[in-house]
Amino acid sequence: MKLPVKMTINGQSVSHEVEPRLLLVHYIRETVGLTGTHVGCDTSQCGACTITMNGQAVKSCTLFAVQATGANIMTIEGLAKDGELHPIQQGFWEKHGLQCGFCTPGMIMAAVQMLERYPKPTEEIIRHQLEGNLCRCTGYHNIVKAIEWAADKMAAAK
Amino acid sequence: MAVTEDRLFGKSIKRTEDPRFITGRGKYVDDLKLPGMTYAAFVRSPHAHARIKGIDVSQAKAHPGVIAVYTGKDMTGVNSLPCGWDLRKEKGIPGVVQDLAMVPHMPLTSDVARHVGDPVAVVIAESQDAAQDGAEKVQVSWEPLASVTATDKATGSGAAKVHDAAPSNVAFKWALGDAAATDTAFKGAAVTVKKRIVNQRLVANAMEPRACVARFDDATGELTLWVTSQNPHVHRLLMCAFVLGIPEHKVRVIAPDVGGGFGSKIFLYNEEVVCSWASRLLKRPIRWTSSRREAYLTDAQGRDHITDAEVALSKEGKILALRVKTTANLGAYLSTFAPAVPTFLYGTLLNGVYDIKAIHVEVTGVFTNTTAVDAYRGAGRPEACYVLERIVDAAAAALKMDPAELRKKNFIPKFSGAFQTQVAVSYDSGDYLGAFEKLLSIFDYKKFRTEQEAARKQGRLLGVGFSTYIEACSIAPSKLVGALGAGAGLYESGKVRVHPTGGVTVYTGSHAHGQGHETTFAQLVGDELGIPMEQIEIVHGDTGQIPFGMGTYGSRSASVGGTAIKMSLDKIKEKGKRIAAHLLEASPKDIEYVKGQFQVKGVPAKAVPFGAVALTAYVPHNYPEGLEPGLEETSFYDPSNFCFPFGAHACVVEIEPETGKVKIVRYIAVDDVGNVINPMIVDGMVHGGIAQGVGQALWEGAVYDSESGQLVTSTMMDYAMPKADMLPMYETDRTVTPTPVNPLGIKGAGETGTIAATPAVVNAVVDALAGMGVDHIETMPLNAERVWKTIQAAKAGK
Repeated sequence: MKLPVKMTINGQSVSHEVEPRLLLVHYIRETVGLTGTHVGCDTSQCGACTITMNGQAVKSCTLFAVQATGANIMTIEGLAKDGELHPIQQGFWEKHGLQCGFCTPGMIMAAVQMLERYPKPTEEIIRHQLEGNLCRCTGYHNIVKAIEWAADKMAAAK
Repeated sequence: MAVTEDRLFGKSIKRTEDPRFITGRGKYVDDLKLPGMTYAAFVRSPHAHARIKGIDVSQAKAHPGVIAVYTGKDMTGVNSLPCGWDLRKEKGIPGVVQDLAMVPHMPLTSDVARHVGDPVAVVIAESQDAAQDGAEKVQVSWEPLASVTATDKATGSGAAKVHDAAPSNVAFKWALGDAAATDTAFKGAAVTVKKRIVNQRLVANAMEPRACVARFDDATGELTLWVTSQNPHVHRLLMCAFVLGIPEHKVRVIAPDVGGGFGSKIFLYNEEVVCSWASRLLKRPIRWTSSRREAYLTDAQGRDHITDAEVALSKEGKILALRVKTTANLGAYLSTFAPAVPTFLYGTLLNGVYDIKAIHVEVTGVFTNTTAVDAYRGAGRPEACYVLERIVDAAAAALKMDPAELRKKNFIPKFSGAFQTQVAVSYDSGDYLGAFEKLLSIFDYKKFRTEQEAARKQGRLLGVGFSTYIEACSIAPSKLVGALGAGAGLYESGKVRVHPTGGVTVYTGSHAHGQGHETTFAQLVGDELGIPMEQIEIVHGDTGQIPFGMGTYGSRSASVGGTAIKMSLDKIKEKGKRIAAHLLEASPKDIEYVKGQFQVKGVPAKAVPFGAVALTAYVPHNYPEGLEPGLEETSFYDPSNFCFPFGAHACVVEIEPETGKVKIVRYIAVDDVGNVINPMIVDGMVHGGIAQGVGQALWEGAVYDSESGQLVTSTMMDYAMPKADMLPMYETDRTVTPTPVNPLGIKGAGETGTIAATPAVVNAVVDALAGMGVDHIETMPLNAERVWKTIQAAKAGK
């Protein structure tokens, strides 16, 4: 049995017939072909699959694709506008907030919503808000610095 | 090598590889989609130890979408996965007391499963879902057997036998050092301190799970394997020569963007062998991606030592001798380099940074019904450092001496060239007191002790722990490691191709999975050739493009791989001088290479730019007689010795007395990794290493149920991976003692944090509890429960 799904991903309308058990992350990666969203675990701990769905940061492994019908989704591929990096992407680059890069898309997407909620986050807030995203390379030090850098840039631009 | 201001060497340049990662355009193995792709799912043992009485694949084969189902019996002509490190007396390998039992490790086991997760069958289907569904329909008739998982139970009477070829589950016995001298020193010592020190089992947990895609091209007979590998040539060699017996020149192994390794992606694993084999039969590409649970069950794990360590001291606190007896759990099979880790990467580091005149170490490797253990970040060296730094602190406590003072009394004095240890290796250069003094000054140690005293009076538990460590990297030369039992050489390759228009492509045999080679190697090349980094491309991870290389582990990329590149650059410049001399009508010996041009010595106006020489090499109309056209050079660098980074770390903790929860208040690292190409990248590696070391000290640990043999911590929900809010900001600094071993003066930086951090944290916790009479805690992790129990026991006077 297959069910129809239709949603907007990075401003593009997509629709397919999929198995009801297909997870949203696998729909994004395998069916739509956007492989920037990663799968690092199977228990929703690692956060490598974080996207935004209707403006909320969501682990895309926690939903079936069919549950996202009608949703407006943004993945890491949709964050830079007209070739210009989002300040959070820039911050990760400036502050060496990544090494192997595997957790990075999820980290950045989680940070997008974090800075909407907390435009001037303390180190404590950043660390607490990143609890759902695991990184094994950086020890988080430079990820915190990257988000602080982005928060400053975004505040200055307002 | 001098580091000057206008050089790229020594500058924190932003990484050139980052744009693709921060925009979601990295290309990892699981991102690959090929026409006609099929998908593999493995059927694994649910038992720690069980005999396979039969496997019924009929229902699985009938499942819609399933293309093939194979068991071990189908894989005729396929050999065991090889262990690449031998320990046998007849081969003259030093220290062998009992020969290594070379037990078989079949890609799909067909008689007995020896750990939970041991693969017994593979299902290949048109979709991932169909493969998973098919795997669930494979019916294995199991006869469960008794199992043994605990390190200290493996050789006990009545323990389940893991392999027929290894009676009493002993894999090998090995010893190093002077037993008689050690005994004598102990007899004459004023003080001896003995402790049991347990280094628990860890899981590497690279964020990208292992994956492979195998594609056999029937028309050309070529097999391409994309695999999450730290060393694609090693994968190719082992798979072709030892397991499948297929021609190496017809196999291309590609390790594209790889999401972290930490050792776990060095080794040849069952799944990539099975997929490669099956792809040749099915003539279709096959993709397999590990689930995280499969990763916990099958990625080679780390550490798992039980050690009884004993130190002898004079009453003034001079260390006289060290005696160490270790049991190392190797798991159910011998992983690729497993026997080297608890022997030549462990025993040889037990001299540490201390001038100890007598050392003896005995190691027994044991088999158990657990996932195989092999190199995990640091590999043997963290275990050695932990033993030393813990026993040194325990000795200071016994002597009622300040642990910083005890360390200072025992450091090997500053040297460069060679310091011969009591455990075979000879250090390259070191200034151990220098690094420690710098640490103490950043920390303001005296002030801390005053604050600590005040805190204690208020009932607060504040403590500091030190760790002064040594690390061994860029293990070499090949001749030596061969004599120690290695099945491979430990050189590295570097090829430099100058294009006719002056662009440069560099092919390195080392591999980046987070280390930033594309930036650091371009810095190196940019300096040597005096050309902008934008003109330089670094290629790694593809046996189809790069000369045979050994890959990345043991912090060897910059020191060994970087030097190989430098050697090729030197050859390029020498050839360039001959071409330029011809064009300038001068003698090659009168030509020098300065800032991107070949010029007559001291006459910058009489010069030919790099690009013009490159074009001339490929359009050799006006060209030196007898000189080959082209500008491309390859070098293989085999170092003359290891490099030995060192440093000093300090950790301050505060413990919540009511709960036992440990909070890291401050973490300071002073590392000496020799010359540094990119300080930002090195700091980043130190941060990550510290996080892993802290993780071991406080939270992480692979736990097996002693009855069932199940891995209890087999998901990220159960295994305590450190999160952002569990860790502090790290204060990092450096001293710089270049190694005389290689021309770059680089020692290696990838593992220092992991080695140093664990004892620093544990020593800090013990120091915080010292006021209650605690001088040691046998087992990590020091999570709240264990610390709380320690506090309760101390209060009860136990």
